[in-house]
Amino acid sequence: MINHLPILQVVLPLLAAPACLIFVRARSIWLFTCLACLLTFGISVALFIHVSDVGPLSYEVGGWPAPWGIEYTIDSLSSYVLLLVSAIAAVVILAANSSLGPELPERQQPAFYVLFLLCLTGLLGIVATGDVFNVFVFLEVSSLATYALIALGRQRQALWAAYQYLIVGTIGASFFLVGIGFLYALTGTLNMSDLSERLVEVEQQQLLAVAFGFVVVGIALKMALLPLHGWLPNAYAFAPSIATTFLAASATKVSLYLFIRLYYGVFGAETVDALLPVSIVFLLLGIVAVLAASLVAFRQSDVKRMLAFSSIAQIGYMAVGIGVGSTLGLQASLLHLFNHAFIKGALFLAVASVVYRTGSSQIDAFRGLGYRMPWTMAGLVLASLSLIGVPLTAGFVSKWFLVLAAIESGLWVVVLIVLVGSFISLFYLWKIVELAYSKSDSEANTNEAPPLMLIALWVLVIANIYFGIDTRLTVGASASAAATLIEGAPW
Amino acid sequence: MDFFNYWVVIALMMTGLYIVMAQQNLVKKLLGLNIFQTAIFILYISVAKVLGGTAPIYTESATLYSNPLPHVLILTAIVVGIATMALALALVVRIHGAYGSIEDDEIRDRSKQ
Amino acid sequence: MIVTQALDVVLLLLLVMTAVAIARVKDLFATVMLSGIYGLLSASFFVLMDAVDVAFTEASVGAGIFPLLMLAVLSFVGRYEADSKRRVALPVFLLTLVSGAVLLLATTQMPAFGGEDTPAQQHVAVRYIEDSPQEIGIPNMVTSVLASYRGFDTLGEVLVIFTATIGVVVVLLGVVQPGKARSLPADEDMADHKVLRIVGKMLIPLILLFALYVQFHGDYGPGGGFQAGVIFATGIILYAMLFGLSNAQRVLPMPLLRGLTALGVMIYGSVGVAGLLAGGNFLDYSVLASDPVSGQHLGILLIELGVGVTVASSMVLIFYAFSLTTSSDGSVER
Repeated sequence: MINHLPILQVVLPLLAAPACLIFVRARSIWLFTCLACLLTFGISVALFIHVSDVGPLSYEVGGWPAPWGIEYTIDSLSSYVLLLVSAIAAVVILAANSSLGPELPERQQPAFYVLFLLCLTGLLGIVATGDVFNVFVFLEVSSLATYALIALGRQRQALWAAYQYLIVGTIGASFFLVGIGFLYALTGTLNMSDLSERLVEVEQQQLLAVAFGFVVVGIALKMALLPLHGWLPNAYAFAPSIATTFLAASATKVSLYLFIRLYYGVFGAETVDALLPVSIVFLLLGIVAVLAASLVAFRQSDVKRMLAFSSIAQIGYMAVGIGVGSTLGLQASLLHLFNHAFIKGALFLAVASVVYRTGSSQIDAFRGLGYRMPWTMAGLVLASLSLIGVPLTAGFVSKWFLVLAAIESGLWVVVLIVLVGSFISLFYLWKIVELAYSKSDSEANTNEAPPLMLIALWVLVIANIYFGIDTRLTVGASASAAATLIEGAPW
Repeated sequence: MDFFNYWVVIALMMTGLYIVMAQQNLVKKLLGLNIFQTAIFILYISVAKVLGGTAPIYTESATLYSNPLPHVLILTAIVVGIATMALALALVVRIHGAYGSIEDDEIRDRSKQ
Repeated sequence: MIVTQALDVVLLLLLVMTAVAIARVKDLFATVMLSGIYGLLSASFFVLMDAVDVAFTEASVGAGIFPLLMLAVLSFVGRYEADSKRRVALPVFLLTLVSGAVLLLATTQMPAFGGEDTPAQQHVAVRYIEDSPQEIGIPNMVTSVLASYRGFDTLGEVLVIFTATIGVVVVLLGVVQPGKARSLPADEDMADHKVLRIVGKMLIPLILLFALYVQFHGDYGPGGGFQAGVIFATGIILYAMLFGLSNAQRVLPMPLLRGLTALGVMIYGSVGVAGLLAGGNFLDYSVLASDPVSGQHLGILLIELGVGVTVASSMVLIFYAFSLTTSSDGSVER
């Protein structure tokens, strides 16, 4: 059974989605989805344990050996990201039933769950596969599901945000397709391991540079790396709150995973950097993202937009980790990939609770909530500490590693940027917290958030604290992943 | 002559991108996206072609076949393309209903109100 | 060969001219017609390049479904593009010109067009061409690769269609769960167009029959589940346009179609799981029957059926969704 787990990881949510439409009554769809996400999470745990103890798992889909068939390979990096995505999905879906209540008309809710499962399938499919065209197909599955999820938002701007993201996302995926088309023309294969072997023999350097360029830009668009981040603030602000929570914690992380897998494992970092200044560009863009996005976040009055710009800044940190260019830098990026998912997941869940009770995500809606929604705000405060990078939280661990990597490479400016970025995030988060704990005129009678939303929030908050203290899982997995990738082997 | 196909691919890609970025009408943008995607199809299919070969369906008389793999990839890509277009068009219809316009600049202005 | 290359140049030049025309024309109806021409030219180009399956699909999609949906949308949003006031056009134009020039230089390093010994022809493709007639036992190599070797990609493709259909239906209509059908608007049919109706009545059964032929003949010639699904949907859509949407919905009600769309995906996935249970890997057809080649045939037949069912019901469902939407549906509270 264990050897079929790689494919079941994706097939389970894949079949759960249409099953929702045929076999499940509308009232039970949420429970069914929770069950499917829980099982998916279970599979990812089993995979993670197996890969940590024994080693990478390879699977020939259709019984055909690679490179003629599609190969699934689960190694320490894939199992790490699979664990992350399925965990986030399982936790977020718990809160979905409550959160969607005021945000989505009841007859549209079944569609939400089907699309959620499809998005999850797509994301898991991108991570688990070892074939570049298969990546494209599942990338489009997750993207289409995402566009539809965003469009379900209450306000009319949701439709507009979905359209904008559709245009940008399709261009990104198409660039990716062009890139792998050129690579196929040069090597004759689509399998990642095979590509990594054959690319070293390619002589046409300019064309190779163009191919890499297309792939990197395509992924950067999906990753919301500044300056290609335009779609993200609107998409996060106007989607239903639970959709935003899931997307913020997973979608951009998977894109970053894809970049890391291809850049280090398949293309080879040195090969690419000899042709295109990817490291330097990522370093610079990351630095600008951290500073500019954090400053813009400070000026937002809508908390969802504020957190969206904060996400762009955090992706900047991850880009800086790659830009530093060392094993430690890559490890820092991988750590932040994991930790940030829990941080943003918790923050957006807290905001979702506020939206549930007050109907607004404007910062004014937070006034006095520290007393009327004490648990929610406490969770928000702890998650904010993690975002800022206070010791004993997960956020501290990843920033610490980033600083270490910067010092090791002599890039003192990065250390400065990390500190400045943390300070700015302290300021914009303080705005919320200060307002939450201010004495307000007690006309409002909001209660605490519904229990399931609180549970989901606190699972993520506790995860933040746990991974800030016991770092064996995250640091161990990221170290082993970074070491393999830096050597240039894809698995 | 060796590269004519690929030059046309580049020309079509640039035309498609230009329409998407520079033109305001939402439907026109989608047409530009369509042109861009079709250019990519032409790229793959040109890579697959073998001069003097025939369609990759086995027959007794044929000795040389064009490459079936890019054909399969593009079949999938065409389907993905039309699926995206259908969703995009649904969004355009709703945007028109919600904003009364499908011109990018007008929608931006009305969004801010 | 000279003829091939000459036609190649002519078709591609026509494509470029059509693309430029689409960029410049302000009448959206005309641009939709131009994109139909663009699709047809692309399909012809694909035939020239020996990509017959692709040509088939491009013709049905690019010259069939795509203009159809576009025209449906134009009936809501208006025919003419507004005059642009933004002065963005010039910098974007220069940007695309410069990037285009850079890319043109790089493509001179591509392996020569049409060569037999390029890397693309040498490596993975060799097995598909030489071994698939024996291993899979069907002449159409594209179907072999699509349905068997890379069958998982095709499952993803079916999933894409399913996702888009759910998306379209919920964005336009708001309901996705099978239940009571929406109340129908005043029915428009073409009762006055006698010629269309009579010819339609003769053609529609033939179209549906042809769709079934394409579905099951896809192993031996160009065709397969996707193309068959689109053709079948075209027959139904033609019926709906000529005889009224309510008549079409009596034949194929929305709840049924929603179920069928999901069913196709489940059929496909179930064949994969059956392979798992029979001792092979997911989507391994060789274990489905007593000998591998029969197993391959059975597996391909079933999954193509799944593809055809999902595609046909999805296309009709999308058409219904666009037809049932009224243009005053501005607010999100529907």
